Amino acid sequence: MKFTEEHEWLRPEGDVVVVGITEHAAEALGEIVFVELPEADTEVSKDDDAVVIESVKAASDILAPLDGTIVEVNEALVENPGLINEDPMEGAWFFKMKLNDPSEMDGLLDENAYKALIG
Amino acid sequence: MISGTMTEEAPKHRKRAMADLNIGCPMADLKQTPLHAMHTDLGAKMVPFAGYDMPVQYPMGVMKEHIHTREHAGLFDVSHMGQVIIRAKSGDVRDAALELERLVPMNIADLGENRQRYAFFTNDKGGILDDLMVANRGDHLFLVVNAACKEDDILHLRAHLLDSCDIEVITDRALIALQGPASEAALSRLSDDVAAMCFMDVATTQIMGAECWVSRSGYTGEDGYEISVPNDKAVEVAAALLAMEEVAPIGLGARDSLRLEAGLCLYGNDIDTTTTPVEADLKWAIQKARRAGGDREGGFIGADAILAQFEKGADHKRVGIKPEGRAPMRQGTVLFADETSANPIGEITSGGFGPSFEGPVSMGYVPVEFSNIGTQVFADVRGKRMPATVHDLPFIPANFKR
Repeated sequence: MKFTEEHEWLRPEGDVVVVGITEHAAEALGEIVFVELPEADTEVSKDDDAVVIESVKAASDILAPLDGTIVEVNEALVENPGLINEDPMEGAWFFKMKLNDPSEMDGLLDENAYKALIG
Repeated sequence: MISGTMTEEAPKHRKRAMADLNIGCPMADLKQTPLHAMHTDLGAKMVPFAGYDMPVQYPMGVMKEHIHTREHAGLFDVSHMGQVIIRAKSGDVRDAALELERLVPMNIADLGENRQRYAFFTNDKGGILDDLMVANRGDHLFLVVNAACKEDDILHLRAHLLDSCDIEVITDRALIALQGPASEAALSRLSDDVAAMCFMDVATTQIMGAECWVSRSGYTGEDGYEISVPNDKAVEVAAALLAMEEVAPIGLGARDSLRLEAGLCLYGNDIDTTTTPVEADLKWAIQKARRAGGDREGGFIGADAILAQFEKGADHKRVGIKPEGRAPMRQGTVLFADETSANPIGEITSGGFGPSFEGPVSMGYVPVEFSNIGTQVFADVRGKRMPATVHDLPFIPANFKR
């Protein structure tokens, strides 16, 4: 599993990667009350706005972690945004994407580097 | 993203990427209330608010804290707010009341002993400088003002009333709010005097050996009390309340969602120097005695502007706004008449998720022709026009002990 400085996690699964936000981010955001997901089959570039989440405190953008195509989104989150607080690292994944260049995963943070980032 | 943390401080324009998570570093020069150590011991997440290091939430979380307050009782540290005593040099509280009436369009002179009233300071354009509570405590008036405005309020009071009144700023007292349906039962374990109080009554009572100044009021739409307690007894009183099963500590996050559902204005968001009482739909707070034809008509700063607007009405008005979808419409969200027009008609001044309403709730200003309940408007949310409906305030019915 890899991480970004934007508090996302990426887990390879076959020829796609699954993307979510870390437990640290979910906790800091507070209770999530609204999620807006992209359409499947959307091409994205790194740092494009991909997902909007709103917590009891504020709106936040989830950015595309790398260049690629979003192939599937987790519709369950729309009905139950609270899942992001309950199960951020597994059940509350946001989308699956096919990377244009899978080797770019190597440039992301590993778990230790992410833990160091959040102190 | 999390940098803004408090809804009140949320930036008006979006672009809150996740990397901002760690920005909320503590600032060295923040003031602390007498309950500060208690908050950190309870595991509160602290944020800067109006110059103070304040709890935005406890481990329970904003949503549960909100619901707990509506169902049981919540304890809020509001010691950052300003407490001020006004005494007439003549010794007669009515003289102090008449003097204060030069700064607020309320009937203070006829405010009964041990009664409290909502008020606001106005400027010469009819705008609102701050909103506050005024209590008649027998031989003096007791004011509670907003934390962010208190320095200016005190200067304002001194500038206008110093010849006739002594203005005493209370710095040796904390202020604790206990809100929710179980408040009476909880506080009655510490004082025999509070159960008999009605909404907006004030009383002096002994709580754990300390002289406390209590009002039956608050900022949540629920029954409850605000308790002014000497600094050196604040922790003891708060701890005694928190030890009760029905009482939980509540942070600023839930305080904001509670007051928003209750339709109560937040100074700086929903009212400020550019909004008049008529525009803010606060005409109810101006008693007949101060209106045209009243016993003491006008005579307050901005009376010409405000009384004229009473007659002819305002162009726009504060209303409740219910987003039709699930997406919250927050402060700064621009409103339009329809899905395509380019000209904004108004703006959201407060908005978020209402845990008791079980959906997003907002308030904002719209032209009067759009202010009828049920009128549809459209809000620009992240570049998309989203429908919303003008909604009756409050979103959740008030639960006061009249």
